[in-house]
Amino acid sequence: MADQISALEIKDITKQFPGVLANDKVSLNLKKGEIHALLGENGAGKTTLMNMVYGLYHPDHGQIFVNGQEAHIKEPTDAINLGIGMVHQHFMLIPVFTVAENIVLGNETIKGLQLDRRAASQRIRELSQQFGLEIDPNAMTGELPVGVQQRVEIIKALYRHCNVLILDEPTAVLTPQEADDLFRIMRELTQRGVSIIFISHKLKEVLAIADRITVLRGGRVVGETTPQTSDEHSLAAMMVGREVLLTVEKEKAQPKEVVLHVEGLRVKDKREHEAVAGVMLEVRAGEVLGIAGVQGNGQTELVEALTGLTHSFGGKMILAGQDVTNATPRRLVDAGIAHVPEDRHQFGMIKSYPIADNMILNTYHQEPYARRRTMNNKAIEEHAKRLVAQYDVRTPSVYTKGEALSGGNQQKMVVAREFSRPIKLLIAAQPTRGLDVGSIEFIHKRIIEQRDAGAAVLLVSAELDEVMSVSDRIAVMYRGKIIATVEAKTATREQLGLLMAGITPEQVAQK
Amino acid sequence: MTTQALPLAQPQTSFWSRLGNARRYIMIATVIGILLLITVLIGRVENTVADIVASFIATTITFATPLTLGALSGLYCERSGVVNIAIEGMMLGSCFFGFIAAGYFKGLGLPDQTALWLGVLIAMFSGLLFAALHAVLSIRFKVNQIISGTVINILAVGLTGYLNRQLFFQQGAHQLQSAGTLSRMPIPLLSDLPLIGGVFNQPPITYLALILVIVTQFVIFKTVWGLRTRAVGEHPRAADTVGINVYKMRYANVLIGGAIAGLAGAFFTLQSVGAFEPGMTAGRGFIALAALIFGNWSPVGAFAAALLFASAQAFQINLQFYSALVPPELDFLKKSQIVGMLPYVLTMVALTGIVGRTTAPAEDGIPYEKGE
Repeated sequence: MADQISALEIKDITKQFPGVLANDKVSLNLKKGEIHALLGENGAGKTTLMNMVYGLYHPDHGQIFVNGQEAHIKEPTDAINLGIGMVHQHFMLIPVFTVAENIVLGNETIKGLQLDRRAASQRIRELSQQFGLEIDPNAMTGELPVGVQQRVEIIKALYRHCNVLILDEPTAVLTPQEADDLFRIMRELTQRGVSIIFISHKLKEVLAIADRITVLRGGRVVGETTPQTSDEHSLAAMMVGREVLLTVEKEKAQPKEVVLHVEGLRVKDKREHEAVAGVMLEVRAGEVLGIAGVQGNGQTELVEALTGLTHSFGGKMILAGQDVTNATPRRLVDAGIAHVPEDRHQFGMIKSYPIADNMILNTYHQEPYARRRTMNNKAIEEHAKRLVAQYDVRTPSVYTKGEALSGGNQQKMVVAREFSRPIKLLIAAQPTRGLDVGSIEFIHKRIIEQRDAGAAVLLVSAELDEVMSVSDRIAVMYRGKIIATVEAKTATREQLGLLMAGITPEQVAQK
Repeated sequence: MTTQALPLAQPQTSFWSRLGNARRYIMIATVIGILLLITVLIGRVENTVADIVASFIATTITFATPLTLGALSGLYCERSGVVNIAIEGMMLGSCFFGFIAAGYFKGLGLPDQTALWLGVLIAMFSGLLFAALHAVLSIRFKVNQIISGTVINILAVGLTGYLNRQLFFQQGAHQLQSAGTLSRMPIPLLSDLPLIGGVFNQPPITYLALILVIVTQFVIFKTVWGLRTRAVGEHPRAADTVGINVYKMRYANVLIGGAIAGLAGAFFTLQSVGAFEPGMTAGRGFIALAALIFGNWSPVGAFAAALLFASAQAFQINLQFYSALVPPELDFLKKSQIVGMLPYVLTMVALTGIVGRTTAPAEDGIPYEKGE
């Protein structure tokens, strides 16, 4: 029977990278017209597997079958010819090209010597009507919101007549509403015969959209299930390999005096655009203020300005009554700010330094680690050993280089350093990005500990679940401004999602 | 819960900054106009205004030829993502080999113009060979492209200097004859036009340069080749994922650029001077690179920038010519060092970004690593 033939079948694929077995005898079976979720933590080997299906990597062992026929995919062209399309996590779009140019690239039609732009636009409009994907072929791609850029990627695949579509972490850059819209599109596609592989590490989404779920852990398939026979807890346990707490356990906050007061702060980004356009916020001792927002709405620049990594050009920052606007990072550290940076490799650690030295990056000039002009190696070692034990950093020695640690352990190292001295204000930016569920649980616990010890906490995260579960109050940032602040207890995903898209309650009421 | 309406933060823009690309063309036209005006004011005692303007325009077009070709050479390379600071070296090397070849063919008894045309072909071919070296180093071996370019620049100086000594000054060396220069090819009717007639009474390489500006503008922005070239220069991985061979595109474009640099080199020995001197390209390759940048990596923009720098050279030549007429209060204009600096000073000013920043292809100069 034709229905029994899989759209795509992966058999015993193995891929070894230097030092890592990325995929170990992975098998997966994508039926026609289904949405098959590939669930796993960062580094579980999901993207590697799909890159092999798409011809970007080549498997060491194993076979791939498309429509029951064995396929030898050496180049993306082979995959495209077999009807496989892929939307990469980092979009493969050229910002200075129009939508139409991006879509036809590599598959152009010509009229005489010229590109036939009219025929391309025509075909794109047809596709966009057929699948309900609204798009303007003549728009400049780089100026479109990410949700729309994603639509361009999907049309790009459809333009090449794909019947297997791979979506790699497609919701990472979307607001909840945009994600709902994507799910609608995905269902529409499957009704028209497209089979979809949906890569994700978000349990809720996988349960909401998938027909079947394959879970990867450490490069191996640890199970296959369906949303009907599993729930968030069982999936999380499969992903991590043990039971995990998905919610953050915490007491009610006891807010005290204002620690951080920011007024009208304005910051430019690297391209000299105003990224933070007059932010007002207050964080009190003993509370967590979460900042929600889609990536790229000025959160990065706000954090950089608050930690002295960049200059603001307007507004004030007051820390415990002192004006510290545009103070140096050293002064801010001494005044009691701890910073868990968004990009730990750039700002959080020195990769080629041993753990012991990484642990004193903010205190190396102070007693007992410094004795006049020389370093006190004994004190440094003791300090590092204590923190490694206390924060459960898995390492053979405190003299192991930072870069040799896994992402989760690197982050624990950063957290250990920042949390191990008396602090007034903790600024944590995407503190759990790229971490496994176990490390996330650990870091959330520590953040709440700091809050309960009387620190003011500013948490910036693009993961709405994280903001909602850790924060006491939530401020939503949109286009460089805080457009609303709500109580975390009463906030709903829908309400925050609308705010993240810049839609305030007044605007909703008007509609 | 506090909420408020949120107007988008608009960066303040002045009229001048909103002009964007047009600013550059306005600036170029203004500077050329000023230089021309000064020349006219000084020279009109002896010549008619019409004659001065016509001669200034013709000289500018002549000087703009190697700059335009050099810039187009760099354009193919850099649009595909390979930085080319070796335009100078490619020009110098090819102007030498083109010259030798023309002399050789003349020695075989071919007519002068035929020998010169063959010389042009050899010049283009040697430009292509230099480019092949740059391509292999920077695409295959992923050498830092600035270093690879510097290597070629130094190689060209050493190689041409050495061979020049061996061929012409060593005792008993075979004396090569010069085949002269390519003759002017006046275009009927157009060359009789007042003021701009001189533009249509030029030797062939100048026409080729003008034609190549138009052709390149078409190729880069209207054809499949151009779309793919720009794609591999902006986001090679994106191009790779739709089945475009990034390496092939880069090789091909660097080689095309090399052949055009060779044509620029031919200008010096086969069209302009009719002899070879060591180091005779005198930094024109670098000024061409500046024209490419100032022209925002577009053929027409680069041509306009080349005209700007060339007009400074034309100004310098004219002032030397009218040196006796320069009024005493403008005495400094007689000093050739001062006026001779002008093309280089203009280049620097243009590159400071005062007249608007330009944007290079996003992945210009970054070697592409394919996954395994």
